[in-house]
Amino acid sequence: MTKSLNLNTVVQNLPDTLKQEVNTENGSLYVNSKYIFEICRELKNNNKFQFNYLKSISAVDYVEFFEVVYHLDSLITNTNLVLKSKLYGRDGNSINSVISVWKGAELQEREIWDLMGIFFEGHPNMKRILLWEGFKGHPLRKDFLK
Amino acid sequence: MSLNSELVTINFGPQHPSMHGVFRLRVTLDGETIVDLEPVFGYLHRGTEKLAEERTYVQIVTLTDRLDYVASMSNNLAYVSAVEKLCNIEVPKRASYIRVIVAELQRIASHLMATGFLLNDLGAFGTPLMYCFREREKILDLFEILCGARITLSYMRPGGIFQDTPQEFWNNLELFLESMPNQIDELESLITGNEIVLSRTRDVGILTPEQVIDASLSGPMLRASSVKWDLRKANPYEIYDEIDFDVPIGATGDTFDRYLIRIKEMRESLKIITQCINLIKPGPVRNEDVPLIIRAPEGEAYVGIEGPKGELGFYLVSDGGISPYRCKIRAPSFINLTLLKEMTAGGKIGDLIVNFGSIDIVLGEVDR
Repeated sequence: MTKSLNLNTVVQNLPDTLKQEVNTENGSLYVNSKYIFEICRELKNNNKFQFNYLKSISAVDYVEFFEVVYHLDSLITNTNLVLKSKLYGRDGNSINSVISVWKGAELQEREIWDLMGIFFEGHPNMKRILLWEGFKGHPLRKDFLK
Repeated sequence: MSLNSELVTINFGPQHPSMHGVFRLRVTLDGETIVDLEPVFGYLHRGTEKLAEERTYVQIVTLTDRLDYVASMSNNLAYVSAVEKLCNIEVPKRASYIRVIVAELQRIASHLMATGFLLNDLGAFGTPLMYCFREREKILDLFEILCGARITLSYMRPGGIFQDTPQEFWNNLELFLESMPNQIDELESLITGNEIVLSRTRDVGILTPEQVIDASLSGPMLRASSVKWDLRKANPYEIYDEIDFDVPIGATGDTFDRYLIRIKEMRESLKIITQCINLIKPGPVRNEDVPLIIRAPEGEAYVGIEGPKGELGFYLVSDGGISPYRCKIRAPSFINLTLLKEMTAGGKIGDLIVNFGSIDIVLGEVDR
């Protein structure tokens, strides 16, 4: 059975510089969006975590903010972790790409940019994927007019 | 004397027999060697995730049929499992067994399609595909007995299944289980030792374990590269923890391994179904407390199951309303395409088709 890591242990095992950039809230681990790349790299390479598998990246539009959700798995220890990051504002939201940590982020980040309009900095090929270039708006946003 | 050479860019698809649907590959060629490759998605995009935000939880089951339309049962199962986790719905034991039986039947049907079309792409035009379709037809007949539909099944509901199985189903399933091992043997006798198949698929498109894990590949793609990871074992759902079965893995991670893994998984699926038939007991098949209009409590749930193509996951977010606030689909076919360039660049154009066929994608799921 896949176990979920205790969030407090996760925070304790992070290096001191990153500790203040995360907080636990409603049973989820929230990460300061500016440090998402550093924390993901730490979660993958630190021997205490070994999250070597990125299950999925999702984005949710809560109107006052966007939430980017990372479902991580460790195929070595059979544990999972859910990381979240909040992005405030409607225009020009961006977050660092984790593609150099897990290559599996490549297509999923493009999909989020296409449908939700969150730009991933450092992605080598950040363009629309399911819709065509020139499409106006991002359909999965709650204010998208049908 | 030197020959002038220049790169040529050609389009494979969107309408091309070996593209398995409407999918386009922009390939840059130097003679017959692939220099660059760029997949172009979106020809079958129907906005399923957006549509789901305006349907009730039960109505969305019909949308999931149309994702991976050769494996509707698995899609149904992944989706209803997510709803059940979100709303804490209990599933009767008999329903769990029936779900596992139909999901494994669906896995066999899907792997038969994958094998048949891979051989079709190799140039064995028609014959192996028809052998596979003949067997798949029997599974579709079984599904027809269950729910009247053959492809878009909508058989499962949050809290159970749509209705109990008629006796005719069990009789036909018995016949199917008797004949299927021989049919797989027959298929293998045509393909596995075939010299042309071996020379076209051995050492083609090798993926290392590090590559596949890094790129989030799942299902047969992961296991062919000798990563022993199967959600039915790693995180058992329904009643898989009561069942004894093996997880076959490949040795080198080439195209031939990806073919062979699917054959072996079909045999394991038959084992699982046989055990389920022995363990299943009479009882209710649907949780009667689940209303037709489900109002999920505020919260979120992610459930991933081992679909025929890989990890099929649903991430549901609820705001307490009658339809999900957000319904994200983790589509295995889509993510399995991440390494297509790594598999094919530097190789010959003939191998592109074989590599592509061995990934086994369904465009309904890629574009959603």
